[in-house]
Parts: sequence; structure tokens; C-alpha cells
Amino acid sequence: MFGEYSLGELGSILVMQGFAGLILFSVFLLMALGLAIIFGQMGVINMAHGEFMILGAYMTYLCSHLFEAYLPSLYGGYFFAAMIIAFLAAGALGLLVEWALVRRLYARPLDTLLATWGLSLIMQQAFRSTFGAREVGVELPQWMMGSLNVTGSIEVQINGLFVMGLTLLITAAVAVLLFKSKWGLQVRAVVANRTMSGAVGIDTRRIDRLTFGLGCGIAGVAGSAFTMIGSTGPTAGQLYIVDTFLVVVFGGAQSLLGTVASALSISQSQSALEFFLTGSMAKVLTLLMVIGLLMLRPQGLFVLKVRR
Amino acid sequence: MSPRKPPFRLATPSRRQLLAGAAALSAAAFLPQRALADFPTAQVNTTGLAVTDADVTVGILHSVTGTMAISETGSVEAEKLAIEQINAQGGVLGRKVKFIQEDGASDWPTFAEKAKKLLVNDKVASVMGCWTSASRKAVLPVFEQYNGMLYYPTFYEGLEASKNVIYTGQEATQQIIAGLNWVQKEKNAKTFYLLGSDYIWPRTSNKIARKHIENFLKLKVVGEEYFPLGHTQFNSVINKMKLTKPDVIYAIIVGGSNVAFYKQLKAAGVDLTKQTLMTISVTEDEILGIGGENIVGGYACMKYFESLDNTNNKSFVAAFKKMWGDNIVIGDVTQAAYLGPWLWKLTVEKAGSFDIDKVSGASPGVEFKGAPEGYVRIHENHHLWSKTRVGRARADGQYDLIYETADLMEPDPFPKGYQ
Amino acid sequence: MAATRTDSRSLELIGFALIALLIMVVLPLMLDIFRLNLVGKYLTYAFVAVGLVLCWGHTGILSLGQGVFFGLGGYCMAAFLKLEASSVENTRIQSTPGIPDFMDWNQLTELPFFWVPFKSLPFALIAVVAVPAIAAFILGAAMFKRRVGGVYFAIITQALASVLTILIIGRQGYTGGINGITDLRTLLGWDIRTDNAKYILYFVCCFLLLGIMLLARFVLASKLGRILVATRDQEDRVRFSGYDVANFKIFVFCLASAMAAIGGAMFALQVGFMSPSFVGIVPSIEMVIFCAVGGRHSLVGAVVGTLVVNWGKTLFSESFPELWLFAMGGLFIAVVLAFPRGLAGLVTDQLIPRLPHWRGWTHRQPSPAPAE
Repeated sequence: MFGEYSLGELGSILVMQGFAGLILFSVFLLMALGLAIIFGQMGVINMAHGEFMILGAYMTYLCSHLFEAYLPSLYGGYFFAAMIIAFLAAGALGLLVEWALVRRLYARPLDTLLATWGLSLIMQQAFRSTFGAREVGVELPQWMMGSLNVTGSIEVQINGLFVMGLTLLITAAVAVLLFKSKWGLQVRAVVANRTMSGAVGIDTRRIDRLTFGLGCGIAGVAGSAFTMIGSTGPTAGQLYIVDTFLVVVFGGAQSLLGTVASALSISQSQSALEFFLTGSMAKVLTLLMVIGLLMLRPQGLFVLKVRR
Repeated sequence: MSPRKPPFRLATPSRRQLLAGAAALSAAAFLPQRALADFPTAQVNTTGLAVTDADVTVGILHSVTGTMAISETGSVEAEKLAIEQINAQGGVLGRKVKFIQEDGASDWPTFAEKAKKLLVNDKVASVMGCWTSASRKAVLPVFEQYNGMLYYPTFYEGLEASKNVIYTGQEATQQIIAGLNWVQKEKNAKTFYLLGSDYIWPRTSNKIARKHIENFLKLKVVGEEYFPLGHTQFNSVINKMKLTKPDVIYAIIVGGSNVAFYKQLKAAGVDLTKQTLMTISVTEDEILGIGGENIVGGYACMKYFESLDNTNNKSFVAAFKKMWGDNIVIGDVTQAAYLGPWLWKLTVEKAGSFDIDKVSGASPGVEFKGAPEGYVRIHENHHLWSKTRVGRARADGQYDLIYETADLMEPDPFPKGYQ
Repeated sequence: MAATRTDSRSLELIGFALIALLIMVVLPLMLDIFRLNLVGKYLTYAFVAVGLVLCWGHTGILSLGQGVFFGLGGYCMAAFLKLEASSVENTRIQSTPGIPDFMDWNQLTELPFFWVPFKSLPFALIAVVAVPAIAAFILGAAMFKRRVGGVYFAIITQALASVLTILIIGRQGYTGGINGITDLRTLLGWDIRTDNAKYILYFVCCFLLLGIMLLARFVLASKLGRILVATRDQEDRVRFSGYDVANFKIFVFCLASAMAAIGGAMFALQVGFMSPSFVGIVPSIEMVIFCAVGGRHSLVGAVVGTLVVNWGKTLFSESFPELWLFAMGGLFIAVVLAFPRGLAGLVTDQLIPRLPHWRGWTHRQPSPAPAE
């Protein structure tokens, strides 16, 4: 298939394809990050994660309209405000959900799956009743559209760069929080041994709630960022869940590094397969590979040794 | 032009009709109003359908709940509008049209069950309904077993013809061939890249497109790809297209994937005002979600656009917005759904009977001059003769009509040489 | 279990008798064939729910991919029926007569090799149970031997449901694609679309369901059943006692899958087609909902839960389509939070102790359900 192209063309495609892989990696990581810290901390999977992302997307949609109506001069920068609002809204809802629902189920992780699935149904219908059943179009400021010409034949998407930058920033922030802050210390203590942490005076309940809220907040930011590349509709969250869950599970609980590695390996294999096969087969093969690998390494890529 | 060119030409009868709004759709323009006395119930209804001296009952069967509700709502609205207009004109054979609406709930067995209920319990004289191919395939055995009439509005992949179904949307060859011919001639296109969501309609349509491109136009397909429904990442295929540099991107992507595809295409610097893209899956309805700014300049090939400039369409759009609100857009399928009740009425009046067999038999040749898309006529194979049009997307979410075929395109659900 | 062993057993027997009475006598007398056929469709989901009681309620394996097995069973049955419906004279307008219509549309000119055996009914019937059971065995062996469980297992089965859906939709020449396998007509020449046939199929479905409930009851009452419960509650202790836990889990998972598959086959027979929309993530989770609402520990509860949720769905989506998802989501949360033992738990823990007659009869008041 490559015989008829010049070396230069192949080179630039290679670069752009590498970049596409990186964008996919950033998207996967951004999707999975919020879920991963919740899963790592509490061992529960939040099935409504996709809906929290869509909540962020709808906040972005609202923001763009508010700015258009009241602050047209600042329209170019609305996206930053939108992301903050998305974080706060999703995070606040996350805290509420933790308080009302999830904290009652810590002893029963499988039941958390079911309860959060119920939550996702309710959120979908709430979106539908509020914003209508149709997908909404989120308009982006002009500077975020289009691509940069690096060389004559290499083009780099601005929104791709934006997602990458955002992912880097949030991952770094989570890492710093986790490894440098007092909260992070407490989280790590609770992960390692919940009972002992409680015994030394860590308020494990509070840590749980904050972690859940933070995870949901990050989901909101992710959803906000995804208005650049995807659709915003009541059921759009469902499009992301399988990928997200697999990235998290494959990465292994309790390891930020694992999530990063897992997002990287899944995105790179999918992106490469997509280039050589068709989209559908690439997807099936990637999923099957991940399932196969999980059978070989049931606890995911990276395992933190903990005493249970 | 395909070798199966329709053998006849038509004047433009639709222009002659003055349609000043829904209620004013004058009865005299169609058929002389026939008196009820000429058609006693015992005579026009020999098979026990729900027909009385005063009224006749039809069914509406679409999803108003579930994932397909977004798409099917427009069809329900159009069908109700048509029924109201028909009643304002005096009904069918002097009888008022009543309807029973059932919800398919986006679930195919439910469609089959409700179809059976409409036919067996309610004995409706016809059903306007279904949207997806899967739902139509599910109800088809029911309509054939219990002998009902279905008016199906969606453009679809073809490969089907039933005496119990009238297909008011275009089948694949109608939608595809004229558009490809146009793009070859106007854009001097030599190479094509075919894309689609991975299910039967895009695959069958792309197969027809490929055969036409390779065997009839003698041009080249440089790539063909399918993505699972709901796929959201298109950067790899966009890179492949950058490598192969097709003259035309031919995209049949549906649902949420559509939004992701056009946004990522734009972000990757593919400017649709320079790169020719043709789609058969993006109507005005879909643009609401995609955002007009993301698809501006793209070409869509179908039979109807809301912006069509003719008197029929103007009064149709006005009546539709009056009934359902100003914010609504009207896509190809919505218009096709509007044709259903009208075609049924005209067929019943031609047959002089509500009996299913007579209606089915009288259908070929039935003409509807008041159609918003212009004149249509039912073919022997129960599909519609209709024109094919190419529109160019504007930033405000509407299409500008660029081209329409001079003749009506012949429906050919089992195209020879394309399978 | 709260009540004494004999009590809970007689309670179950009463429940079983009631459900048998309901589906075999009351519903057929009350409903016309149209509604009864609907109930028949719901009952096919109850096969899955009964299987889930075994593998989720009693063994603690939550599978979010039971639709895969329901689908495999349904597709095996549908394959046979479709081949019978695609006789040469029925399909003479095709370019290749004698193969299913969707293959013809996809330019297949002969039957794919894996379709050929489905011309035989005995093979198809065996395949209905065997194919899903083998699939479950492979998955279960790979997972449970390596001690994968809990959330990991749930997510992996969910991903499998997604893979199978993509494959069925994408390989439409071999599977019928998104439209599924439609227009199934006869079983060995017997027209399954008539009202008469629907009655007979309904009762066959009921008999099979009652049969697998008895089978499940037998498994649970045996020593095996007690090992399963022990595994759920303290897997390590069972392992330390010298049992190979994985084998028990594999067995019960295969059994549950085979049950789901029988449901799928009955679905294809009663509804007249099979499509990928019953394989994916959403239907799979819905089936778990049925089981959870009815009571994940109770076989009778699972069947009742299936009927109640589906009846509610039909009722709600006809009258208040807007509210359906709210109701469903709320019900789900409520069941998980407040009544983890579902409707069955309500009856055994709440209702019966309040009946004076029953209190005397059971001699002592059941204590609240143990925390899980």
C-alpha cells in the first residue's frame, strides 16, 4: 500500500499518525483519570462516569451561550471558564452522590456498579428533559479550530494540542496532589490499609468523599474538553464507557502510572491498527487483546502490593 | 446517467397548484370531492377494516421513546400534519381520518408487536411508520402475514420490495448514482474515499457507490472504511485520507459518530470548501448536532432540502412550523413521512376502496403533485419515482440547492450490476 | 437465611407453586394471545435472571455480559429456523436460491461452513446449550483459574458484550448484521407464527422455565450449593478447606450461561427473529436489574422481578414515556440501597413476619437480613 508514495509523504504521515495516537492517548487518559482515582481509592467503578462527562459538556454548552449573550468580547476565552464550571458542577454532584449513595455501598462494590448504573439512567433522562433529546452543537472559539502547519505536509490539530496539554496538566496536578499533599498522603494511607489509617486518626470517610468528588470533577473537565472532538447529547456518555472502564481495569487499581501505561498501550495499538485495518476490526482486535492480556495479568499492568 | 434512464419526461404540474397554507390546500386541485353516498361502507371495505360511514382509522408506528426517538419524532409530526390537512380537505372518500399512535420504543420486537396490534386488534386501514431498517425488517413479516399497508419514510439500502409496503424515501441507487455523476462532472473527481458506520445501510450504499465509480464512471476508489456505531475517534482515517488525497470523500456516517467525524475533520485542517465531501446521511436534523460551522461547504445528496424553492414546499414548511414550532428543521425523511398519508389517500381514491389488496394493486402509477419535493409517482415496485438533489451546507444549518436531476430517478431496489 | 431451613424451603415451595399457577393458569386465562405473547417474551428474560441468581446471588459472580449467552442461544436457534425458511422455492428470486436472504444481499454464493450443521434440528438444539456453555467455560476457566473476580470480571464481560455486538453488526454477510435474522417462519414445517403455535410455545417456555428453576433449586439445595454460598462469603476459607474454588465457579457460570441461552432460543421462537440489540451492554445490564429487583437470592423472586419490571416498562413507556428512565433508575438505586434482597426479601423479611398466622406457623420471627 505504500509503494506509490514518496518517502517524504510517508514521513509526514508517520508523524501525523504518531500525533493521532498521542491525541487518542490523551483522550483515553483524560477519560480514565477521574475513574481511576476513584477505583484506586475505593475499589468501586462509577458506571455513571460517562454521564458526569456529559454534564461537563452541557456546562460548556451553557457557558458558550452565556458568553455569547452577556460577554461577547470575552468569547474567545469562554472555554477556560467553561472547564472550571464543568469541574465545579460535576465535582459538586459527585460529592452529593457520594454522600447520598456511594458511601452506603462501600462494603458491596458490585452493588455500586448497579446503583451508579441506575444513576446514569436518571442523569440521561434529566439531560433529555432539560436540554432536549437532540444533540446540541457546541460552538468553539475561532482560535481553537483548525490546525498548525509545522512543515508543508505536516499539520497538527490545535484542539488535539489543547487536549494533550490539558491531560498533561491534570495528570501532573493529580500526581502532585497524590504524592506531595497531605490529602494525597492520606489517600495513599487509606489505599494501603483502610483500617489502620482509621486507627491513626485519618478521617477515611472524608477522604473517600473528596476523592469521589475530585474524580467526578475531572470527568466534568474531560467532558468539557470532548465537546471539541465529539458529540454532546443525553446518551453520548455511553459511547465512552467501555473504553474508559477497560483503560482503568487494564491499568490496575491503585496505580496512577498503571493508568497512564494502560491508556498509552491501548491507544497506540488501536491507532496503529486503525491505520492498517478498518476502524471496526481495529476496535474488536484492541478490545480482544486487552481482554486476553487481562486474563494473563488479572490485576492489570501495575499492582501495588498491599496488605489486606 | 445510469443506463436505466426513465423513459419519459414531465411538465412541472406542481407549479400550477396554488397552495396557500395547510387548510387552504384546495380539494379541487386534486380530485373532485366525492360524496360519501357514492361509496357505501359495505362496498369500500369488504375485509373488515376500521372504516365506518364517518371515519377511517390509520396507525402511526414510530419510536417516541428510546434512542431512536430523536430521529423519528419528525416523521410523527409530519404524518400528523398530513392527516390534519387531509381532514381539512374533507378526508378520504368522505370519511374523516383518525389515527392510533403506537410507540415502537426503539425496540424491534416491540415494533413487531405493535404492528400486529394495529393490524389485528385495531384493524387499521394503513400504517405510517418505522424508521430504521431493523424495525422495518421486524414488522415486514407481520404486514405480509396479516395483510396490512405500511408507508415507510426513510431512505434505505434497497434489496426489498413488498406488496404490503410503499417506500416513500429513496432507495440507495436513487440517492447515490445521480450524486456521483454530478460530482464527476462538476468537480472533475477522479478518486474517491468511501467511509461509513458499520452496518447494513452504509455498507450496501458504499457497495453501490463503488460499483458505479469503478464500472460505470471508470474512476478509482482509493479507500473504504467502516467504524462501529458510536465510534468517536477519526484521526487515523483522516490521516489515511491525507495520504491518499482523494478528490471526493464519500461519507455515510450516522448518529453520534457524525458529530465527532465532522469536528475532527475540521480540526485536522480539512476545509470542506476546498476538499469535496459528499454525504447521504446528513440531513438538516443532523446538522443541529454537528454544528453548521463544522460542515459548511459539504455536499449532501438526497431528494429534499428544507430550503427548496417551490410553492408546495413553502406552504408545507409554513404549515409545519405553524403546527410544531419555529425552531424545528425539516429533513429529507420528515418530508418523505409527510408523503405517506397523502399517497395513501390518493391511492384509496383511485381504487375506490380501502381494501388492502385493492390499495396495493392500485398503488403503481399514483401521482402526488402536491409533494413538497415536487411531483412524485409510485413505481411498480412500490418505491417512488423522485428527483435527486445535491445541496451544499451553509453555516446556518440549511442547504443550498446546487443541482437537481432533470428527470425523475427510477427506483431500482435490486439494481443489476450493482450487487 | 433468616427463617429456619424447613421454613425457607416450604416458603420457596409455596412461591414456586404460586408462580407456576400464575404463568400456567392465571395469565393464559386473563390475557389475550397478544399480551400473552408479550409475557412469553418477558419469561425468556427470566431464564437469564434465574441463571443470575445462581452465579450472582449465590456465588457472587456478577456478569454484565449475560446478553452474550442469551444472544448465542438465540442465534443458534434462529440459524436453524432461518435455514428452514430459506428453502430453494421460498428464495427463488435470489441470485443464489437456498441461502438466507441476507447472505444473498451480501454476495455470498454458498452457505458458510459454520452454518451448514444448523440444517439439522438436533444439532441446533445441542448447539443452543453447548455453544454458550463452551464460551462460558473458556472465559470462566481463563478468569477464575487466575482468580479474577468481582469488578474485573464484570467489566470484562461487559467488554465482551460490546465486542460481540460489533462483530455481529459488522459481519453482516454471516450474521444478518444490525437487522438481525428476521422472518423466521416454521419449525419442521410447523408454522410458528399462528396464534395456536404461540400458545403452545408459551407453554413450552413456561415448562422449560419451571424446569430450570427446579434444576437450579436442586443445585442450590445440594452440597454444591452450600459450597457456592461459602465461596461467595469467604472464598479463601473454602480454598483453604481443600476445595478447588475455580472449578465450582466455572461450573455455575456455565450453567447460568446455558440457562440464558435456552431463554434466547425461546425468544427467537416466540418473537420470530433475533437481533444484536439483545446482545449488547444495555440489555445485559437490564437483565441484571430484573434479577436484582426480584431478589438476587431467590429463584421465584427473579422470575417475579422480570415480570414486574417489564410490565412496568410497558405500562410506563406507554403512559409516561418521559418518566420511564427516572423510574427505572430510581427503582434500581432503591433496590440496591434499601432492599438488596429485592421483592423476595420484602416478602420473607417484612411481610410474612407481620402475618399473625404465619408467625405462629414459623415459630419464630426471622431476624433482619445479614449484611453482605
